[in-house]
Amino acid sequence: MASRRFASRARRPLHRELLVSPYPELGLVASDGPSDPLPELVVENGAVARLDGRAAADFDIIDRFVVAHGLDLGVAEEAMAIADEELAHMLVALDVSRPELVRLARGLTPAKLARVIGRLDAVELMLALKKLRARRAPSNQAHVTNLKESPALLAADAAEAARRGFAEIETTVGVARYAPLNALALLVGSQTGRPGVMTQCAVEERRNLELAIRGLVTYAETLSVYGTEPVFVDGDDTPWSKAFLGAAYASRGVKVRFTSGTGSEALMGYAQGQSMLYLEARCLAAVRAAGSQGVQNGSISCVALVLSLPGGTRAILGENVLAAWLDLEVASGNDAIASHSEIRKTAKLMGQFLPGTDFVTSGYSVMPRHDNTFGGGNFDADDIDEWLTIQRDWQVDAGIEPVAEDELLRVREQAARAIQAVFAELGLPSVTDAEVVAATTGYDSSEMPDRDRAADVEAADDLLARGVSGLDVALALDRRGFADEAEAVLSMQRQRVSADYLQTAAVIAADGVVHSAVNDPNEYSGPGTGYRLEGARWELLQALPNVVDPALLAGMEEAGEPIVVERGESARGDDPTEVVVAVGPAFADTIRATIADLPHQSVLAAICDGIRSEGAMPRLVRIRRVADVAFIAHDGARLSGSGIALGLQSKGTAVIHRADLEPLDNLELFGMSPLYTLESYRAMGRNAAGYARGKRVGPVPTELDNFARAKLIVTTTLLHARETQAVRGGAAAVELELAAPVASTVASTQA
Amino acid sequence: MTTPSGVPLTEVTLDALRAGKIDGDEIRATPATLRLQAEVARSAGRLPLAASLERAAELAAVPDELLLAVYTALRPRRATRAELENWAARLTGHGATKTAAFVREAASAYAQRGLLADG
Repeated sequence: MASRRFASRARRPLHRELLVSPYPELGLVASDGPSDPLPELVVENGAVARLDGRAAADFDIIDRFVVAHGLDLGVAEEAMAIADEELAHMLVALDVSRPELVRLARGLTPAKLARVIGRLDAVELMLALKKLRARRAPSNQAHVTNLKESPALLAADAAEAARRGFAEIETTVGVARYAPLNALALLVGSQTGRPGVMTQCAVEERRNLELAIRGLVTYAETLSVYGTEPVFVDGDDTPWSKAFLGAAYASRGVKVRFTSGTGSEALMGYAQGQSMLYLEARCLAAVRAAGSQGVQNGSISCVALVLSLPGGTRAILGENVLAAWLDLEVASGNDAIASHSEIRKTAKLMGQFLPGTDFVTSGYSVMPRHDNTFGGGNFDADDIDEWLTIQRDWQVDAGIEPVAEDELLRVREQAARAIQAVFAELGLPSVTDAEVVAATTGYDSSEMPDRDRAADVEAADDLLARGVSGLDVALALDRRGFADEAEAVLSMQRQRVSADYLQTAAVIAADGVVHSAVNDPNEYSGPGTGYRLEGARWELLQALPNVVDPALLAGMEEAGEPIVVERGESARGDDPTEVVVAVGPAFADTIRATIADLPHQSVLAAICDGIRSEGAMPRLVRIRRVADVAFIAHDGARLSGSGIALGLQSKGTAVIHRADLEPLDNLELFGMSPLYTLESYRAMGRNAAGYARGKRVGPVPTELDNFARAKLIVTTTLLHARETQAVRGGAAAVELELAAPVASTVASTQA
Repeated sequence: MTTPSGVPLTEVTLDALRAGKIDGDEIRATPATLRLQAEVARSAGRLPLAASLERAAELAAVPDELLLAVYTALRPRRATRAELENWAARLTGHGATKTAAFVREAASAYAQRGLLADG
């Protein structure tokens, strides 16, 4: 046997992914692996004799490096003596401060760090992350790339990213020689969108350093570390080489962030039988020891491997917490595609999105993901409105701002014009007006005019050979009349002189002020403390371009010709063939059409047609004392000579009622007003008449659209508010007549 | 705070740029500035970051080519112990004594772990 429900589910995008059970021998275990060493620290004569199951003589390069540069023996004895559960408790206890936790972390071994993190559940991890984040306010990082390496499009996308509030923007290259041009486009575009945004171009280290020396980039996060010696060495580095490189970057004024993440050791074949979280603890201990101010972690490119395992999402959040506990700035992943399933991807995101990290993603794809040459695009251009809406839903700042279409078009065009000017001024192959237009309004790089790529890469080589610097870029902008952009690019050059952004978790505000863990630290200690989304920033993040002012929607409709006239108070009828059509207080008055946009006179005509077609007589009354459809119908039924009424709310909801039933009971309820046509109302009239005439009546077939509510509940609320505003408490029902015969909108009563 | 040739930060302006008073080589942190940043990190309790910024302060005066050559030598199995010692001496020659010690420390660790080039 086979279930068609299983078959249906198997076709969902989720099932393109493979889930596996743990296989610790290959490192395929998220955390708390059976072979993870027990925490251990033995100090003899001031030197570390044993660390996490290894004697000093057997220390690998990571152990050696962490012991030499990371582990603080001044606090180690005190910190290692605290039980795992007690440390775990301290991580979430609001009366234990971040500085105290950071102090203790300096004395903890990697195995101890991993075990303590392993004691926290999902929500505890989120609270710990909120508490331990380095910088007061969260922010976000963008990816800006495209398949054609079009400079106008790179500049426009960088400008959009900057204007949307991303604090850092990262690009890379498809062809390595493009690096200087891409870095240039990113610099000019970003400073057009918002002064102070930091940029990087992820390329080979020597080239990267060269771009940094020229002042074309301001940060680097290409410094990867791994949790086992064989993988570190396969990556062609050691902790010493990476630490040296980090200092080299800093010496050239580049903000440095290392990169690590769960799963890389298993993927590269040397996990040594240990869990992903334990190996990441070793990475992070090495990152801190190397003197990096921060780390990009959260599994990054291996995320789908970690998510194949039980507890994978939790382990990834755990590694972010661990990095923050070690006092590192955290750019928390969410860049590589985590899942085919939108639900699963978003669920994973919440771990970082809700507590807030220094950079919620380490690369939000501002352009469509097929233009993302990082292999990223977990969230992309098409997802931005969802991201903004979720921020608004949770009242959470995850680092992206809503911006109106006009403003983005303006900024994108300005950036494309600016890079056009810089290319012209620096003698680079020209950027055409057609490129500017396409970059401003286009969807992706397929719309960009092709460029002479051979000429571009030659020009890129030449740019470096000529030693063109950030100052030359500022001057080029200035000469071509881009005064603000020139000043912004120059301001970034000044930042390199003061080097304040080398401090932990630094970002630069539009006014040039550096915000870091030094001058703007996270001091969250419970409700009412730390960064809270409120005031002007909350106003900004809730004002999405598609938000509508309900006061405008709720306004009175334009009065038209009267649809009905009132003819005095109603009394109980005695005609057994009559069916009362009882309408709501606002019907055909302050509301003149149903939620499905059917004019009220047409609805009444259809109902009356239906009633007459079954040999009954319609009688129109207005219920004034109440707006609830059940009571409207029941009041009508009590006035009806047959005891039957069709109650009708102004938005189109209807009930067939009988006088002897309880008000909240009914014969038939028609609650899907957005779906109804005039034919639906005619059928309701026929059925009401059928009940009045004592016929066998089959219920009117109804459609069901469970999304109608989500789509129309606001409109429903506003319409209903107008109905309730028309209620006159205690007022008797009144007789109605159609003001004028309605030209039949009814195709056929025999339909 | 000034540029390497002593231009105050407040004088790094578009006017100065138009007048040709500053050039690209001027736009970087001085060793003194980087030592100051190291001090800031140290007072915040971030000792490894402070140590890295102190190395950066030393390396600010080291030519690009030497910087890249030392990085390459520190990669696994690129250099013999003697070669690493030679690079350390070169660094010392530029006043980068802490970084030189760091390279010597790497050489010792590499020797233990078989990460030196075959001599």
